[in-house]
Amino acid sequence: MVPTNYYIILSAILFGIGVFAFVFKRNIITIFMSIELMLNAVNLAFVAFSQAWGKLDGQVFVLFVIVVAAAEAAVGLGIIILIARNRQTLNVERVDLMKL
Amino acid sequence: MGWEMTASLVVFFALAGLAVIGAVSLILQKHPIHSALSLIVVMVALAGLYLLLGAEFVAAVQIIVYGGAIMVLFVFVIMLLNAGVEEQTSISKLAGPPGLLLVVALAGFVTATIVRTTAGVQGSSQTGAMASTSGISNMLFRDFVYPFELTSFLILVAVMGATVLAQREKP
Repeated sequence: MVPTNYYIILSAILFGIGVFAFVFKRNIITIFMSIELMLNAVNLAFVAFSQAWGKLDGQVFVLFVIVVAAAEAAVGLGIIILIARNRQTLNVERVDLMKL
Repeated sequence: MGWEMTASLVVFFALAGLAVIGAVSLILQKHPIHSALSLIVVMVALAGLYLLLGAEFVAAVQIIVYGGAIMVLFVFVIMLLNAGVEEQTSISKLAGPPGLLLVVALAGFVTATIVRTTAGVQGSSQTGAMASTSGISNMLFRDFVYPFELTSFLILVAVMGATVLAQREKP
């Protein structure tokens, strides 16, 4: 048995890397992928706690998170296609229509 | 018993190292398609960790839905839009070091808080993995049946939204 804390620490590390990728990357698709990385980190914490307490609620929550992530990916990629069609770029710094 | 403990620790550290390397590679790669492939490595490593935790069904769903469906959608969009190498302006490069510092602080704080509050929680004695898959289906269709039905509405709305967003405007 691996201690639960190890999983929680790995989850926090992956979440931190996801946050850093979210603020550092300039490509809108890569930013979207870093959101998926953060969701995965949270899923790992859910499953680790589910095993620690011997209850299955955490695993059911993970299934709901995966469903929401799939729906989010579909809508988000539609928005990305729309941005790429209207602005001819994927760089978030060039999507500045609402900037003064 | 001691040998089993060591073996699962070795597997854990191998998979955890793979996941962290993949996540760092997601940041370091310049081309989005390479970032997507790194993310697939992270997801497969996490599926291995779910197997180690005794959550077989979640591991299978992780591979099928995340590694299969969602990442294929990402790769498809990257190729459809012909995304090139990412360009970094000087200001966005400047944001790297302080951002890294803040993220290390965030991860450290989250880890410290969770580890401190869960110090008493030890891994339960793994009661035969509690017949994981049948237990999940029992919970999903009894206790969580209303949220489960609501997700079908969510997916319907997402499909309609994606269709409306991506369709070409009428002349």
